Amino acid sequence: MTVAATDLLLEASDISKTYGAVVALRSASLSVRPGEVHALMGANGAGKSTLVKILTGAVRPDTGTISVRGRERSVHSPAEARRGGLVSVYQEPALIPDLDIRSNLRLTDTPLEPFRHWLAELGLRRLDLSSVARDIPLASLRIIDLARALAIEPDVLMLDEMTAALPADLTERVLDVVGRSRGGDRSVLFISHRMIEIAAVCDRATVLREGVTVGVVDVTSGSEDRIVELMLGQVVAGLVKTGSGLAAAGMRPADVTPRISARAISSETVLQDATFDLYPGEVLGVVALEGQGQDELFDILAGSARPTGGELSVNGSPTAFRHPADAIRAGVVYVAADRAEALLMQRSVRENIALPGVASLRRWGLIDLGAERRMVGASVTRLQIDARAGAEVRRLSGGNQQKVTIARWVAGGVRTLLCFDPTRGIDIGTKNQIYVLLRELADAGTAILLYTSELKEIPLVCDRAIVIFGGRVVDEIDAATADEPTLLRAAYHLRSDAAMPEEIAAESATTVAQPESSIPMDSDG
Amino acid sequence: MSAVADSIDPAAARTTDALAGWGRRNAWTLGLLVFLAILLGFTKLIQPSYGVTGVQGLAISVLPLALAAVGQAIVVISGGIDLSIGAMMALTNVVAASQMQNQSEEFGVAVVVGVLLLGVILGAINGAVVVATRVPDIVVTLAMSFVWAGCALLVLKTPGGGAATWIQELLKGSIGNEWIPKAAIVLILIIALIWIPLRRSQAGLQIYAVGSDRLAAFRSGVSVGRTKILAYALLGLFAAFGGLALTASTGVGTPVPGPYTLLSVAAVVLGGVSLAGGRGGIIGPLVAVIILQLIRTDMTFLRFDPNLAVVAQGVILIGVVMVGSLVQLRRRRA
Repeated sequence: MTVAATDLLLEASDISKTYGAVVALRSASLSVRPGEVHALMGANGAGKSTLVKILTGAVRPDTGTISVRGRERSVHSPAEARRGGLVSVYQEPALIPDLDIRSNLRLTDTPLEPFRHWLAELGLRRLDLSSVARDIPLASLRIIDLARALAIEPDVLMLDEMTAALPADLTERVLDVVGRSRGGDRSVLFISHRMIEIAAVCDRATVLREGVTVGVVDVTSGSEDRIVELMLGQVVAGLVKTGSGLAAAGMRPADVTPRISARAISSETVLQDATFDLYPGEVLGVVALEGQGQDELFDILAGSARPTGGELSVNGSPTAFRHPADAIRAGVVYVAADRAEALLMQRSVRENIALPGVASLRRWGLIDLGAERRMVGASVTRLQIDARAGAEVRRLSGGNQQKVTIARWVAGGVRTLLCFDPTRGIDIGTKNQIYVLLRELADAGTAILLYTSELKEIPLVCDRAIVIFGGRVVDEIDAATADEPTLLRAAYHLRSDAAMPEEIAAESATTVAQPESSIPMDSDG
Repeated sequence: MSAVADSIDPAAARTTDALAGWGRRNAWTLGLLVFLAILLGFTKLIQPSYGVTGVQGLAISVLPLALAAVGQAIVVISGGIDLSIGAMMALTNVVAASQMQNQSEEFGVAVVVGVLLLGVILGAINGAVVVATRVPDIVVTLAMSFVWAGCALLVLKTPGGGAATWIQELLKGSIGNEWIPKAAIVLILIIALIWIPLRRSQAGLQIYAVGSDRLAAFRSGVSVGRTKILAYALLGLFAAFGGLALTASTGVGTPVPGPYTLLSVAAVVLGGVSLAGGRGGIIGPLVAVIILQLIRTDMTFLRFDPNLAVVAQGVILIGVVMVGSLVQLRRRRA
């Protein structure tokens, strides 16, 4: 089926944008047909977020045109974009925290009745319009924001990573509403990292790579590989399996002392009995649903929280960390899911990598800049960090930022690495690189404890995995042979032959353990 | 959780809920009013002769600062701060006094209109510079305070000029009941004519939105720059009202700025407006202005060293705000 240009609902052509020396978009184009749900895909740094910002009016393009229903529109502010029929919903809800919901609706001239209708469709029926946005749980705010956008019936609704870190039941409702909107007069532009969602609701996908639109794919079963291929510019067969099984339990010599030995570690009532050993040269996975005490465990191991009970030994000697500095001194370092927690966002890549190592580079109280440069240079190369925008870390893509947090520890020679969901919100290519790196580090003798919210990544990189359920380490599994259903059953603490409850099976379609979904829900869905 | 009202609750319970919610939201202002009442009682106790004259004097003496505090509150709610408000009051004060001197009463009306317009322009310039240069508000307005203070000295080198009789009479005495000073009526009229329509308009909503969360406001389609300029222009208008109040109450123009800049910020903070923006109203700052003035009066009655009185004012300010923040923190944790 061919569609004439005038039949397109949204057409962006030949969009380019440069920030100083960095070319964010070279020549991007996008065509959205009426009634379709269109995915916009691209690896980190492909220019996807820049194109989204241009379409929402947050950034002005250097060249290119944007047309809605065949009429060229200047989209120089979100207000103009709204007038042009382009309305966006972001991962961060655009609701004013100090205003009540009614005022928030008034601010965007949203009609009340359609808003209530969509709210009910999305499963949020009991909402007091006079409650202040600040007092409403984040997950509900995002639903409110979506209902507000739907209520003004925009020509194109842009959902920018809207489902990321949304609890599974709400994600389902959002996808349901988006899916049902197909075939009408209006369209949805859907931006997400999750292939499974793209496959569920999208008709076509536009793929960006290095600032250029490299292809438009009809989404059908099996188009996932094609999209990934386009995103990476080469044929890849999903994530490469990197687990070597080198340190699998049976092969470990009996006389090796564990790097970390935890005995009945507890923290209030959340973490009750964490007992495990972490050996040098292995990647030990942590399989846990959200909120089973893994957050507290990692905080204790990293020295930022104190246990209320239990014993912790590092290299065989009993230890109690009072401060992260104690843990770092003992060679135990922490990589968090939230990069902003670990990085100095406004400083350079060099300073960020060198920061923890500065202590060892001092000469008469001054920092030995030459040694620092060598050290940083080596780790930037090793981790393949794209440091073109290296003057300020906040301008790097999420994946590159995460590499910087790992690089700072690699630079100093790391012995024990605690990784808490290190690949959250990172594209598949960078994920791969991070896992290859973790594997290399382990093979060189580093002990790595890895928690990931994506269960299917456990067998790819881990040797063994411990299962935490209800604050206790309840099981240990050989990760190399475990498939996703096995891991999921383990995470729910079910015997492998037990039937899985239906709602759990449904949830396995998405990720199991999204840390942010700990937000209390007040929808009645 | 206040966010979820139970739909099966009887209407009566909901009214109580709404009342309780209103009380919670305005707890700070209500607390200030109680404090003011106690302070008035205390004043009467230490100075039994405090009465009609005292209240009338109080109304006239707080008027310039009250107007400044309202202006400052608008800008602080929008997420900014204006350190040139004192200088703007001095400039509008001397322009009014120099133009009204030896002129007819009718011409005085024209001067008042012109001075108000001048205030709007001065404020809009402040706002436009903040928006255009992206230099922090505090730096821009500090610099502009020197500019406006310099201009005031260019207009009048020494205190002088005059004021139309009608504008001086406007603030003197009372209307109807002797307990209702004219100055208070003027203040209430100005606020009723400007603040209340603003608070209910889209523009007022946008001022709160920009102060609360710039990015969310921008993404909701609010023009952040225009809203900031509007807030500063309104501050300019209130500064001009303040300057005119000075002209009316003193009968002359004084080119050296009074202590209004920092006092207005103090009143805003004490009045429960968050310096981070987006929160608060103008009733709190107005009550705070009266409290600040009354504390001063009481200290005079108690024959405190005037210098010590200033120190005490600062200590009280810090103490009250600190206690308030602690209460808020605890409530949020609970």
